[in-house]
Amino acid sequence: MSRLTTSAVPTERTKVPASTEARRRFGRIATVLWLPALLVVLWWVVSANSTSPFFPPLADILAETWNQWVVFGAWPNATSSLQNLFFGYVLGVTIGIVGGSLLWRYEHVRIATNPLIYFLYVLPAPALLPAMIAIFGIGDMRQIALIALGSIWPTLLNTLDGMRGIDAVKFDTARALRLGGWRTYFTLVLPGAAPQIAAGLRASLTVGIILVVVSEMVAAQSGIGYFILQAQAEFAIKKMWTGILVLALIGTLLNYLFMFVERIALRWYYRSRALGGS
Amino acid sequence: MTITQTDTAVLAVDGLRKIYNEGTDQANMAIDRVSFLVEKGEFVCIVGPSGAGKTTLLRCISGLAAPSAGSIAFEGEPLDSVPEQLGLVFQDYSRSLYPWFTNGKNVALPLAARGVPKSERAQRVTQALTSVGLGHVEKKYPWELSGGMQQRVAIARSLSYRPELLLMDEPFASVDAQTRFDLEDLILKVRRELGITVVLVTHDIDEAIYLSDRIVVLSKNPSVVKEVVTVPLGAERSQVETRSSETFLELRSHLLSLVMPNDD
Repeated sequence: MSRLTTSAVPTERTKVPASTEARRRFGRIATVLWLPALLVVLWWVVSANSTSPFFPPLADILAETWNQWVVFGAWPNATSSLQNLFFGYVLGVTIGIVGGSLLWRYEHVRIATNPLIYFLYVLPAPALLPAMIAIFGIGDMRQIALIALGSIWPTLLNTLDGMRGIDAVKFDTARALRLGGWRTYFTLVLPGAAPQIAAGLRASLTVGIILVVVSEMVAAQSGIGYFILQAQAEFAIKKMWTGILVLALIGTLLNYLFMFVERIALRWYYRSRALGGS
Repeated sequence: MTITQTDTAVLAVDGLRKIYNEGTDQANMAIDRVSFLVEKGEFVCIVGPSGAGKTTLLRCISGLAAPSAGSIAFEGEPLDSVPEQLGLVFQDYSRSLYPWFTNGKNVALPLAARGVPKSERAQRVTQALTSVGLGHVEKKYPWELSGGMQQRVAIARSLSYRPELLLMDEPFASVDAQTRFDLEDLILKVRRELGITVVLVTHDIDEAIYLSDRIVVLSKNPSVVKEVVTVPLGAERSQVETRSSETFLELRSHLLSLVMPNDD
C-alpha cells in the first residue's frame, strides 16, 4: 500500500554552524534588552550630577541599596513580603481555580453568584484594608488575607472562561470514551482551560504584588512597603528609592519565573501554536 | 423492511425520531421513523443529501443524544449512554484528539478509563497504533502529524479497547483525496482483521459503495429511510478495479437518483 500524503511533518532542524547560532542568540537577547539598557544608561548619565534631594544620582542609589539591604540588613523586609505574597497568592489562586471549576460545573450557582462575583471583582481590594484590620487585627494574617482576596478574581474568572470555552466535540469525545466525571475533569477540563488559567494566574500575581505593598503601607511593622513609607517619612529619600528598586527587581524576577514555569508547563500549547496547529 | 433478527443484531434502530427544541415553536424534526438493523460483522454506510439528519442519527445511535421517540438496542440492550463496547470516530480529528497529550496518551485514555492495568496499557497502545499503520508516533503530539495520520490516531484510540461496533461520522471528510483512499482501505483492513462491525456516515456515495455491505439511504429533512441498498461487491475490494466495475457504476447511478433532490 503506497502512502503518498500521510508522511510525517518534518520536525528535525537543519544544522547551523555554532557561530551563527551564537550570533542569532545574541541578536535575540539584544532585541529584548537594548531599550531597558539604554534607559538605565540615560538615568545614570542624566542623574550623575543631580543635587536634587528627590532625584539622587543612580550611582548613589545603587550604593545605598547595597548598604541598606545587605550591610544594614534590611533584607528581612523583603523575605517577610515574599512570604506573605507566597501564602496569600497560593491561597487566593487555589480558591480561584476550585471556585471557577465549581461555577463551571454548577450552572445554577454560576447564575446566582454572577452579580456578587463581578461586584467583588470591580471592588478595589485596598478599599477592604480597614475592614481587614478590624477583622484580622495587625499582622501577617491580615496581609495574607488581603492578598488572597485580591488574587482570587483574575484566576477565578479566567478559569471559568477557559473551561466554558472548551470545544463541545472534546466533551463528546470524553463521553464516547467513557472517561467519567473526575477523569474528564483532569484529562480534559483542566488541561483544556490551562492556557487561560495561566493568564489568570499571571494577572493574580500582579495584583498580589500590588497588594503586598499596599497592605504593608498601612499599620505594618515590616515589609518592603513599610520600608519605603518609613524612609519617606524620615526624609531619607535615597533610602526610599532603594526600596522601590528592590521591589521592582523582585516583581520582575517573579514575572520571569512565572513565564519560565508557564513555558514548560504549557509547552504543548506554545509548540502547537507555533506549528499553526489546533 | 421486516424485522426478524432483532435478537442477533449488533444494532437495532426502531422507529427512531429526533425533534430539536421539542414543544417550542422552533421545533425541528431532524429524523422521523428511522428503522434499520446492523448484523454482526457487517459494514453499513448511512448516506443522504446534505442537511439530512445523518449526524443527528449517529449521535442518537451512539448514545450521545437521546431520541425523542423510538428505540435503539445495542446487542439487545436498550441504549441510555455510550456503551462500553462502542467506538466512535468523529469527523474532525483536530477537535476530537486532545492536543495536550501525546498520541500514546490519547490512545491510552479509554484504556485507563476502563481499568486496564498500567502494565498492559503500553502494549495495547502500541498494538492499536500499529494496527492503523502508525509505528513510532507514541511520543509525538497529534499536531506534529499530518491530517491523515491524526485521523489514524483517532481510529486507533477507538480500536484500543476492542469495541464490537465502530461508529464513524464522516471520518474521511477532512482529509485530501489521496489520504482518503488510504484511510478507506485501512478501515476495510482493520475491519477484516478484527472482525469488527462498522457503521459509517458519509455524504460521499462512491465511498459508501466502496466500503459497505449495505447502504441505508436517508431522505431529506425530516429524514426517513428511503431505501436499504445491498452492495454485492464481495469481500475483497480495490480502489481501481472495484470503482470501475459494472456493479459499482450501476449502484452509483441508482443511489444518485435516490439522493438527488427533486426526485421522487
